[in-house]
Order: sequence, then C-alpha cells, then structure tokens
Amino acid sequence: MTLLDFARGPALQWSLIILVVGVMWRFTGTILLGRKEDLSKPRRNTEIRDGLATIFRRSLPEHQFEKKIRFQHAAGYTWHLALFIAVLFSAPHILFFESVLGFGWPHLPNGIILVTAAIALALLLALLIRRLSHPVQRLISNADDYISVVIVIIPLVTGILASAHIGARYETLLAIHFLSVEALFVWFPFGKLMHTALTFPARFRAGAEFGRRGVKA
Amino acid sequence: MRNDQTLGDYLLAQGVSRRGFLKFCSATASLMALPPSAVGQVAEALAAARRPSVIWLSFQECTGCTESLTRSHAPTVESLIFDAISLDYHHTLQAASGEGAEAARIAAMQESAGEYLLVVDGAIPLGNPAYSCIAGVSNLEMLKETAANAAAVIAVGTCAAFGGIPHASPNPTGAVAVSDIITDKPIINVSGCPPIPVVITGVLAHYLIFGTIPELDALGRPAAFFGQNIHDRCYRRPFYERGQFAHTFDDEGARKGWCLYELGCKGPTTYNACATLKWNEGTSYPIGSGHGCLGCSEPDFWDKGGFYRPIAAGLWGSHEALLGAAAAGAAIGVGSALAARARKKKALAEEETAS
Repeated sequence: MTLLDFARGPALQWSLIILVVGVMWRFTGTILLGRKEDLSKPRRNTEIRDGLATIFRRSLPEHQFEKKIRFQHAAGYTWHLALFIAVLFSAPHILFFESVLGFGWPHLPNGIILVTAAIALALLLALLIRRLSHPVQRLISNADDYISVVIVIIPLVTGILASAHIGARYETLLAIHFLSVEALFVWFPFGKLMHTALTFPARFRAGAEFGRRGVKA
Repeated sequence: MRNDQTLGDYLLAQGVSRRGFLKFCSATASLMALPPSAVGQVAEALAAARRPSVIWLSFQECTGCTESLTRSHAPTVESLIFDAISLDYHHTLQAASGEGAEAARIAAMQESAGEYLLVVDGAIPLGNPAYSCIAGVSNLEMLKETAANAAAVIAVGTCAAFGGIPHASPNPTGAVAVSDIITDKPIINVSGCPPIPVVITGVLAHYLIFGTIPELDALGRPAAFFGQNIHDRCYRRPFYERGQFAHTFDDEGARKGWCLYELGCKGPTTYNACATLKWNEGTSYPIGSGHGCLGCSEPDFWDKGGFYRPIAAGLWGSHEALLGAAAAGAAIGVGSALAARARKKKALAEEETAS
C-alpha cells in the first residue's frame, strides 16, 4: 500500500469516523445539557426571531473596540471567506465531497483557488504572528489556539504545493495533503475548531434567551 | 542477421540509409537524455554493435507486451534493431516447439553464459508451481535457472515489473514480480500494460551502446522514459488549470477535448512516456483518444479504487460506517448530557439537604 493509498483509504475512513463521532457527541451533549429553568414571565414572545437576529448581528463587524481590532476583524473575515472559497470551490475538493456525500456542485478555475488559498494562508500567518506578539492575545491564548491555527495552516500549505506541483512528486504531495486534512478532522471536535459547528447555535440560544428577557443580545 | 554481422552492416543490408540511421541515433540520444554531442558516439557504437543473445521468458501474461512490439507498426529502424538481436528463445515467436525449443534456451544459456540478456514478461505465481508451467518446468524454477547466468534482466510489462494484473487483489495465484525473486542481477523494469515499444528498443539500444543498464528511478524503471508524469506532459493540462473538465465521455467538455481528471484519469500519478512518445508511430495515446490514463505503468494500478474514480476521491469504505459513527456520537452525547443532568440534580439535592 502506497502512502497515497493509505491516505485515501484507511486514514480517511478512520479520521472521518472520529470527526463524526466527536462532532455528534459535542453537539448532542451541548444541546441536551440541562439549563436552569427560566421562571420569569417572557417580556415578548419573539425568541426565534431574536435568536436569528443575533446570529446575523454578531456577524457584523461592529464592536465597541472596533478601532483597536479593525485589522483583526478584517483579516478574520477575509481569511475565513478565502478558506471557504478554496475548500468548497476547488475541483478536486468537490470530487472528494462527491465521493463522500454523493453529490457535487460547480467549481472555480485553479488559478482563483490558488490565489484565495494564498490569501487565506498569508492572513492566517499574520494573525498567528499577531497572537504571538500581542501581549494580551498571548496571555489569553493556550495550546488549543496554537494547535488549531497550525492544523489549518498545514493543509493550506500542502494544498497549494500539491495544486502547483512544487517540492515533491504529485502523489506524495497529494498524500501529505490528505493526511494533513485528516489530522484536522481528528482534532476538529476536540479543540476550538469546533466553533465551526457551535458558533451559530450558541448565538441563536443567547439571542433567544436575551430576547425573552427583553434585552438586545 | 548473421552472428558475425554488425548492426550497421545489417541495417545497410536492409536498405536503411545512413541519414535514416543517424536520425534514429539522434532520437535515441534525445530519448536517453544524452547531449547532442553524444549522437556521434551513439551512431558509432550502434553501427559496430554485434547481436547480443536474448532469452525471452513469458510467464503469467496475456502476450500483450509481445503484441505491442511485433504489431506496433510497419518496420522501422527501431523494429529492425529489435530484429537484430539474437532472440534465441521466445515461445510465442519461435518456430521450434517442445523439446527443441527448450534445447534452444539451454544452448543459448550455455553459449552466452554471463552475457545474454534475459527479458521476462508476465508475473511469477508462487501459490502453486502448477499454476503456470512451460514444458513441465514451473515459472519460478525457469526464471531462477535462466537468470543465474544472465548479464541483466529486463522485466517487460507491469506484470513482470510489479506483478500487474495477476497480482491484483485477491491475487489467487500468489503472483509476484521478477524483482521479488531475482535479487542478485541488475533488473530494468520497463512497465506498462503494455509498455511503449520504443522504450523497450531504447533500453536495448542503451545496452548495445554502453554495455550497461540506464539510470533507473526508485521503481527500477529507466529514468529517461519514466522520469515525468503524464499530467505534466499532457496536452490537456491547460484545461486542468482553467478548471475545464469533461464530466462524461460524451458531453461538451469531452467533445472539446477538456481535461479528463474528473473521469478518473490517473495522469497526475503515473510516470511514463506516453504523452511524449505516444503510440502507433507517435499518432496518439489514451488521453489523446478521449480516455483517461489508467496508470498502467504503476504498481498495483488495478487496485486503485477503479479506473473511473478520480484520484482526489477517497478510497474509504461506506456511508454506513459514517451513519454508525453519527449514531454512536449521538448516543455518547445523550449519555454525557444525561450524566451531567444527574450530577446537577444530585448536587442540588445535596445542597438542599445541607441547608
């Protein structure tokens, strides 16, 4: 079995199993976690609307300290957007998703994917440097933060190298890219990358609870 | 060709002009990645070369490799060079049969001990000697016996080089490659299903010119022919870069000659000279004819998840496994939530009791 066969086969299968088990465990466990019953009388009955509004509102780049974190906000939004484009609209990625999900969608040319991946990588590195150099950010960062950033950087680097055929034979680069993504799959449910699945439900719940009390979240 | 005749004399007698011969020498030098200054040396060495003895053994194979060589196209200088070797044993091509044929092999082994080239096509079954025999001799025994005094071994075709189709899962005959058995001789793997004829003659030409085997890659293949992958040399590569793919074999993309990556083309992971040398006198090659590369010159090409499965797709088991994982994860989540609630309830009860 070659490295690529291992990466496309058993490594992929087990990493996906760990990802699904972990995400379902975290998600179900969080949703069903007991909450103290709110005995107060609802100020208004618009919990769902307030929850959805909070998801949207907290996604806007408005913040009381906006001037101080403008770069962080802009870089954060841009790199997330670039990452989504690179992950979701690359032709080989769509073929991969199709093999797992059973359906695909239109893709973008390689050149655009390479540029967006390079933008995502550059911004992520800049944010990592900022995290390391900024005293407050360094203080509030733990191993989870650094592991989560690095485990996203590696697939970006290996993906760019594989796409551009730089540094090694294509099958080696592709295998390393697969393995780096599989490492991300394994880490995903247990670290801060889980925010991908929990951010919007958390915002919805906070918005709904605050709305019940007549407070804008 | 008589044994005392040089290759140059033979080609001249066959009507090959000096100009035609030099053109072939230039092409051969170029194929072998030699500098232009080496063309003279190539011509001189080839013209003076005397026919080497070659024993060709065919084991678990389909004769496609021999067909590829003998039926490739009308006689060319390459095929004449192939004719110019002393092919002392080849049970598909030789006129002799039975004991006479085997006697020819034994005689060649004795007369040219230590000097003859052994060409093998086909895999060797280790499961049971009776799976494949020639004149009552098992493939394993014949290979060991014939390789013992060979100068070098050329494993022609993917079956001989890597086990090929007989080796494909579940490998019922226990088929192995030549290099799994012969470990004390230089082995040149000329893989492909079948290999490109000019690659075989190129290897023979190299041996005739230099008396050595060419530079090999990590899989024992001549680096000059197997150094680059099909994808890097494919004329459809620009379509890959632009993201223009054929989705089916008869859609607009297929008609326009777009990239076949989505249709399972193995060009990016396959190393061979198909895209540059092509087949049938440089006419075309599989991708040129509208079908993706099967990756036939690579080990285990038959077991890569299917010819039409893109290389970016996973080779993982089943959706059932993921559904099971989701159910297991949900069960763990429900269990941990219930446990948390029970702990909370117990803590509250203890708090109330204490107060």
